[in-house]
Amino acid sequence: MKFETPLLDQLEQGPWPSVVSDIKQEAAHRAANPNGLDYQIPQDCCEDLLGLLELSYKDMETHWKHGGIVGVFGYGGGVIGRYCDQPEMFPGVAHFHTIRVAQPSGKFYSTKFLRQLCDIWDLRGSGLTNMHGSTGDIVLIGTTTPQLEEIFYQLTHEMNNDLGGSGSNLRTPAACMGMSRCEYACYNTQDVCYQLTEDYQDELHRPAFPYKFKFKFDGCPNGCVCAMARSDFAVVGTWRDDIKIDQDAVKAYVGGEFVPNAGAHSGRDWGKFDIQAEVIDRCPTHCMSWDGQKLTIDNANCVRCMHCIDTMPRALHIGDDRGASVLCGAKAPVVDGAQMGSLLVPFVKVEQPYDELKEIIENIWDWWIEEGKNRERLGELMKRASFQKLLEVTNTEAEAFHVKEPRANPYIFFKEDEVPGGFKRDLADYRSRHQR
Amino acid sequence: MAFISSGYNPQKPMEGRITDIGPQKYDSMFPPVIAKNFGKWLYHEILEPGMLMHVAESGDKVYTVRCAGTRTMSITAIREVCDIADKYTGGYVRWTTRNNIEFITDSLETAKALRDDLNSRKFEAGSNKFPVGGTGAGISNPVHTQGWLHCHTPATDSTGPVKVVMDTLFEEFKNMRLPAPVRISLACCINMCGAVHCSDIGLVGIHRKPPMIDHKWADKLCEIPLAVAACPMAAVRPTKVDFEGKKVNSIAIKEDRCMYCGNCYTMCPALPIADKEGDGIAIMVGGKVSNRMTFPKFSKVVVAYIPNEPSRWPTLTATVKKIVDTYAANARKYERLGDWAERVGWQDFFKLTGLTFTHHLIDDFRDPAYYTWRQSTQFKF
Repeated sequence: MKFETPLLDQLEQGPWPSVVSDIKQEAAHRAANPNGLDYQIPQDCCEDLLGLLELSYKDMETHWKHGGIVGVFGYGGGVIGRYCDQPEMFPGVAHFHTIRVAQPSGKFYSTKFLRQLCDIWDLRGSGLTNMHGSTGDIVLIGTTTPQLEEIFYQLTHEMNNDLGGSGSNLRTPAACMGMSRCEYACYNTQDVCYQLTEDYQDELHRPAFPYKFKFKFDGCPNGCVCAMARSDFAVVGTWRDDIKIDQDAVKAYVGGEFVPNAGAHSGRDWGKFDIQAEVIDRCPTHCMSWDGQKLTIDNANCVRCMHCIDTMPRALHIGDDRGASVLCGAKAPVVDGAQMGSLLVPFVKVEQPYDELKEIIENIWDWWIEEGKNRERLGELMKRASFQKLLEVTNTEAEAFHVKEPRANPYIFFKEDEVPGGFKRDLADYRSRHQR
Repeated sequence: MAFISSGYNPQKPMEGRITDIGPQKYDSMFPPVIAKNFGKWLYHEILEPGMLMHVAESGDKVYTVRCAGTRTMSITAIREVCDIADKYTGGYVRWTTRNNIEFITDSLETAKALRDDLNSRKFEAGSNKFPVGGTGAGISNPVHTQGWLHCHTPATDSTGPVKVVMDTLFEEFKNMRLPAPVRISLACCINMCGAVHCSDIGLVGIHRKPPMIDHKWADKLCEIPLAVAACPMAAVRPTKVDFEGKKVNSIAIKEDRCMYCGNCYTMCPALPIADKEGDGIAIMVGGKVSNRMTFPKFSKVVVAYIPNEPSRWPTLTATVKKIVDTYAANARKYERLGDWAERVGWQDFFKLTGLTFTHHLIDDFRDPAYYTWRQSTQFKF
């Protein structure tokens, strides 16, 4: 290796896979160059990256310069520019930009696709990736500016694949694996994710928003893609008829033939499955009962939290009248505090061509694009302008499910036309009844 | 090195340009058994840590072997994943939302051979390449960020702390013996890219010193009103200062209002904030995103500061281990860490874990802070 890395070397110890070992492996691969490539960025970039990282471990401060604006023609995002602040010492990472590549929803790959991507990145990049970025993208870490168009050309022409999003735009949408391998999926998360990604390509590639905006699609309230916490517009699957009960299978759970929660707790002796203690008593609305023979669910009082289904997946199944809830406004803390998605639409059918969902999205965008301040997330606009305003722009009637609890303060706005006589009043008329 | 063109013509950049095609369609790379049984799954079982079985209406069974991914990975590692997939699963593989890698096969024998193969692969220095696990009531892969490897605003590293925390908790990745899954996430600054604000255990890089102000460059590099608007505490204001005998437009920061979030540096490169001794990690606990039994929850700060101690962050790993062990010993089955802390009360959380409660943990951010204080006589001695 080009640099001594005594601090990083300590991260090669221990059982968890070592990224340091992996980067060293890539550095060795590039040094050996078994395929005789004419590398388009410095051959020793991985060694320089380790050198720079070792310096950060010593200094306990990052060595990347602030910001960086690079990209490809036609788009306003997709590439995150990055320059190191010690380019003489580490010329291999003087330019080290990140390219976000659009991933298939659910992240199912063929090795043919992955190998083709690796071949492009081997020649034109560092050979390092993130699989995947938190938003979902395939992340190619580290290349130089002149390679950006070349990589984009190959991606689009040879792989039929596009970039992901960055900047004040629609970011790359993501979905849980949904119907591809889960019995809880209430709608086709992958299809709606794919379709809306295609439909809103312009909004994704050319920033036109006050700030970033994310879609995520969870097939059920278990939230495997964390839509409610990590997307401005969260679509979370649900149903509105009865949970399906297979009474024989319930008995198999009670009898110990089937393991609770599909065996998720098998590493510890939690005793024999106790349907009363583990399911009935844990139901948040206490809408279930078990008489020793039969499990009953008062579905009108069920809030579809998934606990009983998660615990007895062979006996209990989601209903047949399926759709999704829409929750809006999730964001991380900056600037005025973290938010999770707040319930806007309790139930919407999620069926191609997804016009109902798109109408909600476009109504929200029309409002936020016009009213949102610079770098104001949707969640913050909701706080500033009120939830009532969100209801108004999405043509939604206020209902009790919209709140966890009604307001406690009496600072209530009324619309002028709600109040008999309106707001225009004559002081003289008042004084005719009330002397000064 | 000689430049190799892809076919792109820089003289005519818009010629032949393909745009707005998006990703591959989600089902274009499905394993055949997934395509066949799409939307027709009946139930699943976790056969052992890291191995799932899904049963379809057709009677078809698929076995999934899940192994750890490191998120940051080389193409050499991806190619090795491809070799494994070609050998065992017909050339198909997927990644999870926590950056683990899943191989799917319709044969239990293949799954077992695959599991053993994955568990046997090690880097030269000794760490496992693809350890199998991450299912059920254990600790799966931490969602994490860029850190010193590739970001300009971190207060800590990312891949390093994740590695040492998971070395410490490796047995929980390989087992399913906790009351419920414990989700660990790490973000290297308070932007909280990822899932720190909604995880059972969240680790977040923080600063403890106000930014420095580069008066020479502030007005040249920054749109000052954006830096002013970036401050949650309104500590940033525009000003004129004497700099090298000249009046320049610059920025002033009220240090007693600044809580070092670093958001002004994000907007203005003339306000660097990183500091060797100041920076470190805060620990948050008790968040969740699922709606199972209880509403989703935010994680709460329980340790205001742990110093950066590269390479192995011993104070951090010991503290996280203590939290996990205390939770494991005290929580009821199915109880997430936040559900447990709320049931026993946060007072008992501190008592049982032995963590020190300090003034930093009391919320003082705007009006909502009041709602986190105790408006009750109900408490424990």
